[in-house]
This record gives sequence, C-alpha cells and structure tokens, in this order.
Amino acid sequence: MSTIFWIIVAGAVLTYLTRAGGHLVLSRFERIHPRVEAGLNAVPAAVLTTLVAPAAMEGGPAEIAALVVAALISLAGGGMMPMFLTAMAVLILLRHLLG
Amino acid sequence: MTADSYVAPRRWSEFMLGARRSLPVVVAAAPFGLLFGTLALENGFSTFEAIFMSATIYAGASQMVGLDLFGAKVAPWLVVLSIFAVNFRHVLYSATIGRQLSHWTPLQRAVGFFFLVDPQFAEAEQRVESGRRIGFAWYMGIALPIYTLWVVEAWVGALFGRLIPDPHALGIDFLLPIYFLGLVMGFRKRAMWLPVVGVSAVASVIAYKTVGSPWHVSIGALAGVFLGALLPPGKSVREEAQ
Repeated sequence: MSTIFWIIVAGAVLTYLTRAGGHLVLSRFERIHPRVEAGLNAVPAAVLTTLVAPAAMEGGPAEIAALVVAALISLAGGGMMPMFLTAMAVLILLRHLLG
Repeated sequence: MTADSYVAPRRWSEFMLGARRSLPVVVAAAPFGLLFGTLALENGFSTFEAIFMSATIYAGASQMVGLDLFGAKVAPWLVVLSIFAVNFRHVLYSATIGRQLSHWTPLQRAVGFFFLVDPQFAEAEQRVESGRRIGFAWYMGIALPIYTLWVVEAWVGALFGRLIPDPHALGIDFLLPIYFLGLVMGFRKRAMWLPVVGVSAVASVIAYKTVGSPWHVSIGALAGVFLGALLPPGKSVREEAQ
C-alpha cells in the first residue's frame, strides 16, 4: 500500500477519535460542573464563528455585503435556504458589477 | 397492531425529516466535494485514494490541508498531525452533543460520532434547543445524504474536475462562509451569544494573522468557550425550555 493510503488511514483514525473522544472523556464524570456546562453551551457559536471570521476579514465589498445580507435575513427570521440563496445572489451580482 | 408496525413508519418519517434538513448542506458542500476530487488527482492521489479519503476521514477542510501538504512533499507524520489539528474542534462537538445522546445504544453512538461534521453538529444542537430529542433515525437522515454525496463528489470531481468553469464568478469559493454564518445566527437566542461570537471572531482573526491556519479555529473556539464558562450566564434558553 502507498504512503498516501497510510496517511489517510492514520488521519481517519485520529479524526474519529476527535469525534468520539470528547464524549468519552466527559462521560467519565458523573456530574458536569455548571461552568463546563456553560462553556459547552457556547461551543456552536464559538467554533462556527471561527469558520466565518477570517473569510470575512479577507473579503472585499461583495463578500462583506453578502454576509451582511445573510445576517439581516436571519435576524428577520428567514430560513436557511432563503438566506443562503439571497446572499449568493448578492455575492454573484456584486462580483460581476465590481469586477 | 403490534408495536413494530407502528414504530417502523415513524422511524422512516423521522429519517425523511432529517433528510430534508440536509438539503442546504448538500448544496453548500457539493462544490467542495468536487473540488477535493479534482485537487486530489493534481496532488498525486489516485481516484481510489481520493474516494477513500472522503469516505474515511469525511472532513472537508482537513482533507484539503492533507492534500496540499502531501503535494508539497511534507513528511507523512506532519501531514497526519495537520489533519488532526484541523479536526480537533470535533472534540468540543462530541463533548457537547454527547450529553444529549444518553438514550442511544453504544453502537448507535459509535456510528453516530463518525458522521459528526460541522453542519451535523449544528443541526443536532438546534434540535436540542427546540426542546426535541435527537432520534437516531432523524440523525442518520441528515448524515447519510451528506455523506453519500460527499463520497460520490470526490469520485465525480476526480473524473470531470476540469469542467468547473469559473468558481470565483459563481461565488463558489464563498459558499461555506455564508452557510456557516447562517448556522451561527441560528444560535443567537443562547445565553452569552453575542459576547461569545465577538471574542471568537477577534481571537480567530488574530490567530489567523499570527499563528496561522488551521490553528485559528481551535484558538478562536477555545477563547469563546472560556468566555462562556467564565461569565455569569443570563437566563439560558435551555433552562427556559425545561
């Protein structure tokens, strides 16, 4: 088997360990401290934000406008698909107009 | 009417409910699945190896990093370590969502955790927030369409990758940030949401500029999680729901 094959196998095993590991460690404790609980409740917003922020920072006017529109539609209570499609339309349009 | 004949259709409808939720994810991830297949071949992977990587690691960003480093002739152990670094955030997902899966069997958990990608985690957390239980059928209804298409896309991308015309003009490179922003907004009713988002954003940008990618994800995330743990929470949505 090639080097690539073994890199993939090792990467897959480690990735699975990250996905099961957090639960395996936490389930050893009978009670979860309220602060740990509060920290875990912050996980979705904290992690997902780091996937957006650098891209927003590197973005030009078209990218920023698309993100602003997406945020506004979400705030107005729009669903994921309307938000997604409108933001994409704004992005594509502005990229064409601004070159 | 036996219990079984009642449960089976309900499981199926739960599965279909999940499958419907997976649709935006499938759309947003498709270009990256195809791009991965294309880039894999350019970096010296065979078609089999490209499909094998998507099917076993199943984590887009880390797969791209792995390809890139392998193509740059970096030492294999360093490639593996980088894949691990990019995927480290899943430890937090697993600890967070694992609290809601105590009614699953150990086997269901062992299977379920394999599919715990970013959107899967976000959907599951939103379901918890709306006060409903995470059923295994519902969870797999989200997971299987995303997974199956992800693997197929690696194959199609490897075969026909050159056919994607101009990713920039079509906005394809920016699909995921928009999608992830939508997910972040979905959690805005949680305690400490705005401070957590602000701190994570600033910390990840600083880390991105100084330490560099992919560490900005773990550093930014930990900053937000610590803030959530340290500050006295206002009324949390979960407590209200109870």
